[in-house]
Amino acid sequence: MKAIGIILTDGKNEQLGDLAMNRAVASMPIASSYRAIDFAMSNMANSGIQKVGVITQYNSRSLIDHLSSAKWWDLGRKHGGLFIFSPYLTQDNFFWYRGTADALYQNISFLRRSNEPYVVIAPGEQICKIDYKKILNYHVEQKADITLVCKSLKEEECKKMCSDYTVVQVDENQRIIHLEDKPLEPLSTIIFMDIYIIQRTLLIKLLEKVCHEEQFDLVNDLLIRYRKKLNIKAYFFQEYWKNIRNIKDYYDINMDFLNQKIRNVFLKKAPYILTKVKDEAPAKYNRYAKVKNSLIGDGCIINGDVDTSILFRRVYIGDQTQIQGVFILEGSYIGNNCIVQHAIIDEEVVVSDGKKIIGKPEDPIIVRKGTVI
Amino acid sequence: MAKKEMISMLLAGGQGSRLGILTKDLAKPAIMFGGKYRIIDFTLSNCINSGVDTVGVLTQYQPLRLNQHIGIGIPWDLDRNNGGVTILSPHVKGEQGEWYSGTANAVYQNIHFIEEYNPDYVLILSGDHIYKMDYGKMLDFHKKTQSQGTIAVLEVPIEEANRFGIMNTDEEDRIIAFEEKPENPKSNLASMGIYIFNWDVLKKALYEDQKLHDNSDFGKHIIPYLLEKKVHLSAYRFQGYWKDVGTIQSYWEANMELTDIVPEFNLHEEFWKIYTYSQYQSPQYIGEEGEVQSSILAEGCEIYGKVYHSVIGPGVIVGQGTVIRDSILLGNVGISENCVIEKCILAEEVKIGSGVHMGMGDCIPNQFQPELYYTGITVVGDESKIPDRVRIGKNCVIDGITQLSDYSQGILYSGQTLMMKGSLV
Repeated sequence: MKAIGIILTDGKNEQLGDLAMNRAVASMPIASSYRAIDFAMSNMANSGIQKVGVITQYNSRSLIDHLSSAKWWDLGRKHGGLFIFSPYLTQDNFFWYRGTADALYQNISFLRRSNEPYVVIAPGEQICKIDYKKILNYHVEQKADITLVCKSLKEEECKKMCSDYTVVQVDENQRIIHLEDKPLEPLSTIIFMDIYIIQRTLLIKLLEKVCHEEQFDLVNDLLIRYRKKLNIKAYFFQEYWKNIRNIKDYYDINMDFLNQKIRNVFLKKAPYILTKVKDEAPAKYNRYAKVKNSLIGDGCIINGDVDTSILFRRVYIGDQTQIQGVFILEGSYIGNNCIVQHAIIDEEVVVSDGKKIIGKPEDPIIVRKGTVI
Repeated sequence: MAKKEMISMLLAGGQGSRLGILTKDLAKPAIMFGGKYRIIDFTLSNCINSGVDTVGVLTQYQPLRLNQHIGIGIPWDLDRNNGGVTILSPHVKGEQGEWYSGTANAVYQNIHFIEEYNPDYVLILSGDHIYKMDYGKMLDFHKKTQSQGTIAVLEVPIEEANRFGIMNTDEEDRIIAFEEKPENPKSNLASMGIYIFNWDVLKKALYEDQKLHDNSDFGKHIIPYLLEKKVHLSAYRFQGYWKDVGTIQSYWEANMELTDIVPEFNLHEEFWKIYTYSQYQSPQYIGEEGEVQSSILAEGCEIYGKVYHSVIGPGVIVGQGTVIRDSILLGNVGISENCVIEKCILAEEVKIGSGVHMGMGDCIPNQFQPELYYTGITVVGDESKIPDRVRIGKNCVIDGITQLSDYSQGILYSGQTLMMKGSLV
């Protein structure tokens, strides 16, 4: 594909509480085997993008650890491949990334040194399966300067979500005529999914311009100001798409994978979602295991009851333990005779024999990484 | 190439003919085992876990699946600038090509490959066995005893010793004699087919033996030759799990042992992982009415039915109302609704219609190959299809895409064979 990819990972997210204390939102564990960024990485790789830059700033260690080898996404390349950009100090620059445009501008040499005519920019916290080839074709057909991937929502949905997104208005030719960032009263029911396609040279020119004016945000300082000058088109994507903004989103996204239709889209239909290979043993179900309506990762050992839950890799469930409506992240250990309901147990937690952890479906208990109970 | 202290030559050309239909289209080292693995993974993982980063894999019989699986060795971290994994298949030299006619002959034909690394020691392995072993410790033993050759041995019950190549040793475990399948064994130290040789000693022996035997074999020729020349050979006693899954029954048993509460062979060890190439990384899903007990399951399975005491490979789908018991399902097997599958081995990509009953009736040995199929296990070959509502007995063999009309009155009785591709094993 004639494009390079840029994945922007989120700034601080306080709504995720302890879960995002030491990890970037983009490295939140999803559906037993994955991290959120796997979806963005796989979408890029599966669309044939061979050069991807990941821009990261907060809690980047977990993300860098996950991405470092790059070969799982076929991005361990001599030509192109994966680039990770975290802020750094130089003699004349000692700023963190001051906004999305600034993050790109500080790494503008990545854009300058590429040869591909287009750039795909996507966030690293979205769960969707999207083919950028189709969008690029649309972008070229429409002779657009910038194409924004948008979603048309139902009115009540939009009212709930619009304060977190950019709402756009399009004319009959799908040209975007108006944008509002995080409006309280939306002027339409179309939101921008934060995925852009743009000519590389145009992006360089625009970034230079806005950043020299000390403006640092792609939406407010670039899209909104240039909406009349540039031909900005909307591409409508109506498939499954969710964003991790808060704990409820995180809970819902994971629970969605218990739905066969959603598994069929992401897990059973090529191209598959790719992730770092961990080489765990096959999951083991012992004599009295009772597992139903649950996702189980490799390397798990299950002795007790597991119902409507998501077990990530290498989780141990003891004898006569009952697990219901729970996510248990990688490497946690639940002893014998425990009852755990409606909880999110972070990585490497140990719950000793006979303990009870009971949360509410609408307000799951969160057990912090590494806790011993 | 930079010098390597020890490189490994991994013999993976064997058919494993006693595995019947399972090795019809692939070599024994490429057969899936233990859910997600292939047999060769254990040896390749041992190599990298022992620090042996240069491995020549000698292939000959049906190498396609094996070559695809190994690739450039990424899953085992054997993609290296210097060393790594190299597939060595028979090739044309000069006027005509030459097959590998024996285990030592195969190594002899690749002497130039070994010479490139100028190693002090060469480790000879076979890709047929399930075990974990630190070859580094064996090399330490080899150096400490100042041996010129070291053979890994396993203590077997003396009454079974007549099935193995037996090493007779002195009190310092120096080998004084070697007997292949002796009638009256003098020791219970069985050769595991794992050798470390000083390269100069082995090279000389390969050249010499090539003049005498054109099917030069380590057990039959090289070891006796070295003993005759009074070369210092030691036996390295290995303790731990080691299985040669050479027959349908032993393959089934070794798989089933992995479902024990605490299996003798531990796949969960953090610092001696077994690596493999996996097509899937997705989780497994157990449905609302699913039940899985005493079983191991690989990635990407979807279980809507019930699975008891079975080993399930990656990407397997088991439909609602189906019951699987005492069976091995390899990668991407699909089973529709309301089937009963008992004590069967279903090879990769097998698809089974709805309402099929398999493994029913009396245990009558197979009509054509009673020596292979007699323990009650029914085996279905790669990519076979079985239509809806047929009944299949024990010790049956099915291969190919079958239709209802291929089953008289919808039944395949115990011991019968159904081969659709016109192929015989």
